[in-house]
Amino acid sequence: MAQDRWIHTPPRKSATFDDYSIAEIRRAAATGIYDIRGAGAKRKLPHFDDLLFLGASISRYPLEGYREKCATDVAIGTRFAKKPVRLKIPITIAGMSFGALSGSAKEALGRGASAAGTSTTTGDGGMTAEERAHSTILVYQVLPSRYGMNPDDLRKADAIEVVVGQGAKPGGGGMLLGQKISKRVAEMRRLPEGIDQRSACRHPDWTGPDDLEIKIHELREITDWEKPVYVKVGASRPYYDTALAVKAGADAVVIDGMQGGTAATQEVFIENVGLPTLSAIAPAVEALQELGMHRKVQLIVSGGIRNGADVAKCLALGADAVSIGTAALIALGDNDPHLEDEYRALGTTAGAYDDWHEGRDPAGITTQDPVLAARLDPVAGGRKLANYLSVMTLEAQTIARSCGKSHLHNLEPEDLVALTVEAAAMARVPLAGTSWIPGRAG
Amino acid sequence: MPTIDLARTPVRKLNNALHELRADTNETHWRVLNPRGLHAVAVGIDAPVRVDIEGHVGYYCAGMNKRAHVVVRGNAGPGVAENMMSGHVHVQGDASQAAGASGCGGLLTIDGNASARCGISMKGIDIVVKGAVGHLSAFMAQGGNLVVLGDAGDALGDSIYEAHLYVRGCVKSLGADCVEKPLQDRHKAVLRKLLAGAGVNGGIDLGGFRRYGSARKLYHFHIDNVGSY
Repeated sequence: MAQDRWIHTPPRKSATFDDYSIAEIRRAAATGIYDIRGAGAKRKLPHFDDLLFLGASISRYPLEGYREKCATDVAIGTRFAKKPVRLKIPITIAGMSFGALSGSAKEALGRGASAAGTSTTTGDGGMTAEERAHSTILVYQVLPSRYGMNPDDLRKADAIEVVVGQGAKPGGGGMLLGQKISKRVAEMRRLPEGIDQRSACRHPDWTGPDDLEIKIHELREITDWEKPVYVKVGASRPYYDTALAVKAGADAVVIDGMQGGTAATQEVFIENVGLPTLSAIAPAVEALQELGMHRKVQLIVSGGIRNGADVAKCLALGADAVSIGTAALIALGDNDPHLEDEYRALGTTAGAYDDWHEGRDPAGITTQDPVLAARLDPVAGGRKLANYLSVMTLEAQTIARSCGKSHLHNLEPEDLVALTVEAAAMARVPLAGTSWIPGRAG
Repeated sequence: MPTIDLARTPVRKLNNALHELRADTNETHWRVLNPRGLHAVAVGIDAPVRVDIEGHVGYYCAGMNKRAHVVVRGNAGPGVAENMMSGHVHVQGDASQAAGASGCGGLLTIDGNASARCGISMKGIDIVVKGAVGHLSAFMAQGGNLVVLGDAGDALGDSIYEAHLYVRGCVKSLGADCVEKPLQDRHKAVLRKLLAGAGVNGGIDLGGFRRYGSARKLYHFHIDNVGSY
């Protein structure tokens, strides 16, 4: 009998046809439609966890943790704008639409960002009065769909962000499904209530970098050159996109990696198009440096930023600020385990819920259902977000002090090493314990 | 009448002066000389004034206009009157592509032809083109009226929502979900009013227009419609 156990071949699952792939094939065969979901890439990617700070040593001395100052402020829009945006912390809230998010969620984001001294951003669908009222610094997005776009709100904004693309779907538009198109959302977008709303992937009135330059010029003329103009791109060709955005006259460039979230896109798009955030920073910084524009045109990085270490690593690689979306929603209560019973009823579990497009979010964040939305207290949510932003800042300062930096912007690539060859090549920092930067001559 | 010569004065100064105007301003009629194809001329106005531009303009002339009556005595580059909210923009020559793009209100009159994507993403603007319009005009048009006295190019009204399209000439092809609809008396009344606003009073047989709009089959994504995309 003992010999039989040795003869028997145990069941072996395919690494290629793993459980998830098999389930997706079955689902596709049964439904005839691809999977749509929210959030960003979920696959394992080289990320900031693959980097480490070196800290101080004999040649570098640290700053005292609870005594010596480590500044965190950043000004965005110092190139052309008469009124640059001045933030207390280099962590901003990314654009998320009223429509994708509930009104209470947008208000909470504004409250939290304002308490922390940073900016929040509108989204596809325009600016709500509540959002403006509760956001001390509000960035107004100019998107391909131009939903809710109007010159009054443009003038009310503190900065303008021309959105070319986003990390979850570079080159893709969007679809806000009818169940989230409430009367108010429909009115703001000037579309019938309850229909699926397609967000265009190309701007209606410009194509290419030369046109973009003229478009930015028009926006500056309309707002009398007061407001910073950002250009946001999904990470795909960060070197060229950054250079072209600078050439087009941007005050700031926002690079969004593929871990950056979306309200709704095809799973195949999210997981297979774009670059990991880690790989997008160095090429963007290189472009800025070659043009003599590093620290003159600010670089904002987003996509999978979770904690102060991620913030510090982005800044050390050359970013001026970061932006968070998914993490901000989690801070408000998205995917909270205390809602586990309700997530299970939706066929998912806390930590995995991503059907943000369906409008059935038990946390009241990614919904337009007034009953669900009422579950989110915008005051309490704002307080949680402010706490989270404060902790991230403290964490980044802790690391910066250990590296002897009196400002987060003094962090530099020389403070970093990589744990993997892939991360070393992407971030262009040495593999830990070596002086080897893959791909770099010498 | 204030006269600004753009051969001597930067566009920025012109726009800034127009932005300073209040609703009760006495400076209600402006004249702009030598635009020479400059971009962003007379953008972002929010006052009931008239601006006569004596010559050709570049991109985005009268962009995001509110309340003003802007006349271009020449041709206009791409995106003329883009995202207009109200008022009247009148191009006496031809207009390049994306004329009236994402406009929310007001009237855009083009005496000549308009190029591709005229009225793209229009959201309530009325556009009257006395000549022809290029391909993909009224693409994803959400609201408002596009009146074309000449011909329309390929894929008119592709992915259209609730805008109304009236064409007197030939339509090369219709885009996805755009269909011909009956031209009823109430539509003729709308047409008559739009044409009058554009300075066309009489001499046009309204029965010669054909009306187009959305079949509304793509309003909800459905797998059975993938062949339409």
